[in-house]
Amino acid sequence: MESAGSIIMYWIIALSIVIFSVLTVTTRRILRSATFLLFTLFAAAALYFKLDYEFLGAVQIAVYAGGIVVLFVFSILLTSHPGHKSERLVSHRKWIGVLAALAALVVTGGALISRCGLACASLPEMSNPTMKTIGAAMMGTGSEQYLLPFEAISVLLLACIIGGVVVARKR
Amino acid sequence: MDITLIYYLVPSLIMFCCGIYGFLTRKNMIAMLISLELMLNAIDINFVVFNRFLYPGSMEGMFFTLFAIAIAAAETAIAIAIIINIFRADKNINVEDASQMKN
Repeated sequence: MESAGSIIMYWIIALSIVIFSVLTVTTRRILRSATFLLFTLFAAAALYFKLDYEFLGAVQIAVYAGGIVVLFVFSILLTSHPGHKSERLVSHRKWIGVLAALAALVVTGGALISRCGLACASLPEMSNPTMKTIGAAMMGTGSEQYLLPFEAISVLLLACIIGGVVVARKR
Repeated sequence: MDITLIYYLVPSLIMFCCGIYGFLTRKNMIAMLISLELMLNAIDINFVVFNRFLYPGSMEGMFFTLFAIAIAAAETAIAIAIIINIFRADKNINVEDASQMKN
């Protein structure tokens, strides 16, 4: 059984995820779309905070909201005029999209409902992962420790920096 | 009222379906990339929620999400570099107009 405040928080987060993600793909102005994406990402970060993963929520806000959305806004302003509306969708294109999304919804929702025993697990007790345990898990080489993917990602980020400069520089 | 696992999976499923819809219907490349981010984020939520509800003692799902966020950032940066390059060559970024690698 959860407290009333926790339930209210849950509904706020869930409703804002649903509403803002629908608005992200249905609005016709691209800059608004990026703004709604920002709100969706904030709601996801709030979800992580609610599930007791504070570090993950902070990373979500710093990397997604602070990095990726800024990059999106920057490139939108570079490539299109502000206030420009995309033209109305051709109806067959729209129906293909709706059909594919509904098919995914039905298949995945059916799978969820058929595993209802698993899906009705209630929230178990957990002590929040402290920075100390997260750091030890990230920097260790034992089992359930992640030094190798950490280093692989640092190499990937380096390659990404160099690739970005090479691709986007003026010739 | 008890908030169980499925209460978290349903919003993430709706978010994923919105991403599919946007990816298939948008023509602007940046809008498609935004839809892709929606889908990625829905998957991240699923990892964290399964980790929290089914295996609260371990942190695999959390670390997977952490690394997925880092990779998503790298991927977005490269994709936007490519899109800006296409814009410089063609003066627009509709997917249907960008059909040639060289011109």
